[in-house]
Amino acid sequence: MNSESIKKTAQLAKLALSEKELAEVTDQLGLILQHFQKISEIPTDNIEPLLTPTEIENFWREDVVQQELSPEEILQNAPLSQGHLFKVPPVVG
Amino acid sequence: MDPLKLSLFELNKAVQQKKISCLELTEFFLKRIEKLNPQLNAYLAMNLKAKEQAKELDQKDLSQFKLAGLPMGIKDMLCTKDLKTTAASKILENFIPPYDATLVKKLKKQGVVILGKLNQDEFAMGSSNENSYFGAVKNPWNLEFVPGGSSGGSAAAQSAKLAAATIGTDTGGSIRQPASFCGVVGLKPTYGRVSRYGIIAFASSLDQAGPLTANIEDAALMLEVIAGHDPMDATTSQKKVPEFSKNLTRDIKGLKVGILAEALQGGLHPDVEKSLQSGIEALKKEGAEIFEVSLPLLKHSISVYYLIAASEASSNLARYDGVRFGYRAPMNESGSTLDEFYSKTRGQGFGKEVKRRIMMGTYCLSSGYIQAYYEKACRVRRLVLNQYNEAFKKCDVILSPVSANPAFKIEEKISDPLQMYLNDLFTTSTNLAGLPGLSVPFSLSQNKLPIGLQLTAKAFDEQTLLNVGLALERNSLVKTENPHVI
Repeated sequence: MNSESIKKTAQLAKLALSEKELAEVTDQLGLILQHFQKISEIPTDNIEPLLTPTEIENFWREDVVQQELSPEEILQNAPLSQGHLFKVPPVVG
Repeated sequence: MDPLKLSLFELNKAVQQKKISCLELTEFFLKRIEKLNPQLNAYLAMNLKAKEQAKELDQKDLSQFKLAGLPMGIKDMLCTKDLKTTAASKILENFIPPYDATLVKKLKKQGVVILGKLNQDEFAMGSSNENSYFGAVKNPWNLEFVPGGSSGGSAAAQSAKLAAATIGTDTGGSIRQPASFCGVVGLKPTYGRVSRYGIIAFASSLDQAGPLTANIEDAALMLEVIAGHDPMDATTSQKKVPEFSKNLTRDIKGLKVGILAEALQGGLHPDVEKSLQSGIEALKKEGAEIFEVSLPLLKHSISVYYLIAASEASSNLARYDGVRFGYRAPMNESGSTLDEFYSKTRGQGFGKEVKRRIMMGTYCLSSGYIQAYYEKACRVRRLVLNQYNEAFKKCDVILSPVSANPAFKIEEKISDPLQMYLNDLFTTSTNLAGLPGLSVPFSLSQNKLPIGLQLTAKAFDEQTLLNVGLALERNSLVKTENPHVI
């Protein structure tokens, strides 16, 4: 874990971090992941990853149109909106 | 009539028999909140329509209700229609949900009056409630100590009796650990038992909501109300929900209780060790068969848990982009790049711990690292589940501490995230395996802080969990004591 890989990760995560935050998180994640990496010692050959803890059965239902929320309700929390649209500042690139 | 001395079942009856009205009961708790909340910081937002809703309930036929007019507090992770829901984050500071979480809907259907929303660690990431954008919650037993986390507000409010019961969420111990630190009962149901619809997602394969209550009987009743299949959450089980409160029995003669061997190998605070030993004695006295069971991977469970939880969180929290809802950073009107728009909003909107976890998760999922971190963790996760399955061939429940130590002081661990994570040793593996877990207040530390004991059972066997919990509760030294703040 170095400042280069941390900067790249912040870019992937879409997080604007200050130089101070970047330095702090580089140190901390380095230590944390070093500790967590001990799991590499556990043999897991032929063990399938467990992604969710319980067996999920498919739940069938009729395909019926339902009215859940109105456009007004959906837009009530928008930072900015116009008509039935979310409004965003001009974006270049 | 003192509402604080009655169980939820008795309170419900008292309301139905008109010995007390819904409005009187709501006013009773609102007064307590007004008096005690400024010291505790447990409630973030109050439901300004609570009295009005209680009055409406008083006009209704309440005979079919299970929780008629009973005032409760809800963790701020659960969406409540027209009532601000923030996950204790700046990024959701002004978010007003247009709908109720299924769990909240179910409570309202049984007559519950929502008093307000309870403080927590931001996005439920934390073990001390110090990560809230709205300030730390204080432990009602001693205001210099943390209430635990992430459901610290739910535990503190229940402990100081600022609600008839409260709801929390538990991703890696977030109901059980604060319940232990605050001397209340905390139940994390089996994954899939309670709908997650309308609960702000942190780590979707680990999250589960449950009650924090004054006693085991209340927890049983709450679980049967909030549990059940929900078409809106495909991971909820279609199993029939048992009548947990009716089936509750403290007769545990011959039941096999496995004591977690790893907890007996040292590393516990002396008060917690003593508490565990007297818990073992109590269960022996109640007729349970006691022996040791081992989960050798326990020491790795924190690593597995944090790698998976952070990975899932980094994906779940991608939705906070400043476009459709939540905080949006002030932007240059002459235009900016899309990356700037997202990154500024998220950089300003999320707190320190949340950013740390998003970074960890993004790193663990990124190309070149995903096999070594996320996938490896998921493989070990299966081994953790296998170990539990082996253990439950021999026993019905597992007894362990909730936490290796009683509540710690505010600011004691906040500067060292790894130390804070290691605090979750005994709770995270339950979530990895999707099992139900229960924290039962059992004894007091030398400086008068409560200590809880943890029970873990097979998937969907909350009944056995609650029955053994009831037997433990009978022998509890906490139930006769009140937190300092009262």
